[in-house]
Amino acid sequence: MEIDIDKIKYLQWGFFKLNATLLFSLIVIILLVVGAWLGTRSLTDDVKIKRSQALLESIVTIILQQIEEATQQKPEKYLPFIGTLFLYIVTSNILEIMPGFRAPTASLSTTAALACCVFVAVPVFGIATMGFKEYMRHYIQPTPLMLPFNIIGEFSRTVALAVRLFGNILSGSLIVAVLVSLTPLFFPVIMRAFGLLIGIIQAYVFAILALVYIASANQAYKTEQTEKKNT
Amino acid sequence: MDNLSILGVVAIVTAGLTTAIGSIGPALAEGRALAQALASIAQQPDESAAITRTLFVGLAMVESTAIYCFVVSLILIFANPFWNHFLGG
Repeated sequence: MEIDIDKIKYLQWGFFKLNATLLFSLIVIILLVVGAWLGTRSLTDDVKIKRSQALLESIVTIILQQIEEATQQKPEKYLPFIGTLFLYIVTSNILEIMPGFRAPTASLSTTAALACCVFVAVPVFGIATMGFKEYMRHYIQPTPLMLPFNIIGEFSRTVALAVRLFGNILSGSLIVAVLVSLTPLFFPVIMRAFGLLIGIIQAYVFAILALVYIASANQAYKTEQTEKKNT
Repeated sequence: MDNLSILGVVAIVTAGLTTAIGSIGPALAEGRALAQALASIAQQPDESAAITRTLFVGLAMVESTAIYCFVVSLILIFANPFWNHFLGG
C-alpha cells in the first residue's frame, strides 16, 4: 500500500500529472456540485417539498445554527466559506469506506491547500468588517512587543490545522492497512467504523477552528466598540 | 554494520520512542478532560449537548500533539531524508 497518495499516478501528459489526490478531489467536487444542482433544480415554498430539498435545507439550517452558537454573531456572512469547507472534508472522509477510494484529505497537499484558504480568509473577513487600519492594529494589540508572536501564531496555527487533519485521516487508513495484514476479517471493520467517526469529528473540528480564527478578531473588535460606547 | 543498517535501526527505534513518549501526555490529558466532562454532565444534564460538543473539539485539539508525533514517526520510517544520502553516496 502506497502511503503518499500524491505518488499514485494514473495519467501523465508531459508537465500535467493526474495523481490520486487530484482525481479523488475532482470526484468529490463533482459529486457535491452535481448533488447540489440536482437538489436545487426545482425549489418550491409549498408545504409539500421534495426529499432532496428537505435534505439540503436541513443541512444549511444545521450549519447556520452551529455557526451562530459558536460565534454569537449573524451566521449568514460565514456560511458560504465554512459550509463549503465542512461539506468538502466530510464528503471526502465518508467516501473513504468506498472500496478503491482514497480520501484526498489523507494527502498533505489537500489539507495544506485548505489551511491556506483559511489563512487567506482570516484577513479578508477581518478587513471587510473592521477596515484595513483597525485590522492591522490588532497585531500590536496588547503591546507592540507581541508583534512577532502574533505573526508566528498566525503561521503555526495554519500548519497545525493542516497537519491535524492529514495525520488523523492518514492514521485511520494506516491502522486498517496494518490490521488487515494481522487479523484479516473482524477488527479492520471496527477500525473502519471508528475511522468514520474520526473523519466526521475532524471535519467538524476543522470547520469550527477556521470559524473561530475568522470570528475571534471580529468579536474582540465588537466588544471593544461596545465598551467604548458604554464609557 | 554499514551506514545504511545503522540508519535503519536508529530510524525505527526513534520512531517507536517518538510515538510512545509523545502519546503519554495527550492520553493523560484526554482522560482528565473526559472525567471532568462526565462530572459536568452528571451535575447539569441539560447542558450535555454543549458540553459534548466542546469536549469533542477540545479532545481533537489535545490529540493533535500525539498526531504530530505520529507524523514525525511516519516521516522517520517512510520518508527519511537520509535514505537517499546513504543510498546514493
